[in-house]
Amino acid sequence: MSEKDLSYELIPSTCAYCGTGCGVLLEVMDGRLSGVLPQKDHPVSKGALCLKGWSSHEFVYSPRRLDKPMIRKDGVPVECEWEEALKVVAEGLQKARNEHGPDAVGFFTSARCTNEENYLLQKFARAVIGTNNVDHCARL
Amino acid sequence: MSGLEQIIREKLANGSDAFLCLKNQAGVSVPVLITSPDSEDIEVAELGEVRYPLGKILIALQKEHPDTRLAVVVRGCDERAFIELSKLEQLDLDKLVMIGVACTPEEAEACGCAKPYPEDVTLGEKVENPRGLETIERLESMSDSERMQWWKEEFSRCIKCYGCRNICPMCFCKDCSLENPHLVEPGVIPPEFPSFHIIRALDMAGRCIDCGLCEESCPAEIPLRSLYRKMQEIMADKLDYRAGESRDEKSPLSFLGEEAEIKNLE
Repeated sequence: MSEKDLSYELIPSTCAYCGTGCGVLLEVMDGRLSGVLPQKDHPVSKGALCLKGWSSHEFVYSPRRLDKPMIRKDGVPVECEWEEALKVVAEGLQKARNEHGPDAVGFFTSARCTNEENYLLQKFARAVIGTNNVDHCARL
Repeated sequence: MSGLEQIIREKLANGSDAFLCLKNQAGVSVPVLITSPDSEDIEVAELGEVRYPLGKILIALQKEHPDTRLAVVVRGCDERAFIELSKLEQLDLDKLVMIGVACTPEEAEACGCAKPYPEDVTLGEKVENPRGLETIERLESMSDSERMQWWKEEFSRCIKCYGCRNICPMCFCKDCSLENPHLVEPGVIPPEFPSFHIIRALDMAGRCIDCGLCEESCPAEIPLRSLYRKMQEIMADKLDYRAGESRDEKSPLSFLGEEAEIKNLE
């Protein structure tokens, strides 16, 4: 065996860039995500990808990627813990609904979330807040 | 125990550090690198009906682990790719053990490559494949202007995904001409006709081993293989060179000097 252990894995996944759902294989070499290949016999994408699919792994190690929530304080986004962020969101939603009614609130879901996450969000909009204002990024 | 399983166990026991092939994962074939004789992947290893650019995977593996001895299952196209990549100093064949697989008659027929088997076949039976690409015959019966118009229409569907380049086992350059803003205007779809596709076709001269992965991966179903196959024919006819055929003879486009001899010029 060579000086360091080698490992190369392909993890089947679904491209997260849009709602089409193309099949990708994430290449993981020595424990680090190194690239992406199209899944050849995938029922949706049949071995093809678009430009975004081919680069769908690139954001993972991007230094510009947000990995903590941020709250704008005095006009400047400041990193915070999830608990604080969720509290600010909950208070904001409650305030808007109490002062202006449920239809003053809108919910924006995303093709980059799973079906289950999108289901949850619309359920939250309708059952908890009481509005049908649900839309998604693919209509932008 | 299947023939493949037996071969994997034998290679891992006799000097190979890892074995690259395909495996069945939840009903689909994906490449797998088996690094231990105890790996559960050995039992689901398969030849598969799909093909992946194994050369690309091997280049990355050899770059990170230059001393590793790898065994790999090769079809005819894989072998041609590895031979050409070795001449282009991208792969070290001395550290590779190739286990030859002949494509089945059905696979050979569906693919249409001229040599659907490697030199030494361990698994399967060699079948010859006399069929050419139908598109080339059709294109050759057209006039120049008809043919130009035909390609223009085909390439008008290009979404510039770069999939043909990304999947190509023979594309390894760090700086790609197709991303040079002086040659290809960024942000324009479809890319300029015919320059974008001519740039790639010229880069494939003396390199393309006719695996057809580019055409398989094209979301716009552009018959790319016909273009590169024609380029291959010209290389064979004018410069007497067939990429991936000989282990010693280098592509006449890869060196300077008088060694290259242009033949059959009208």
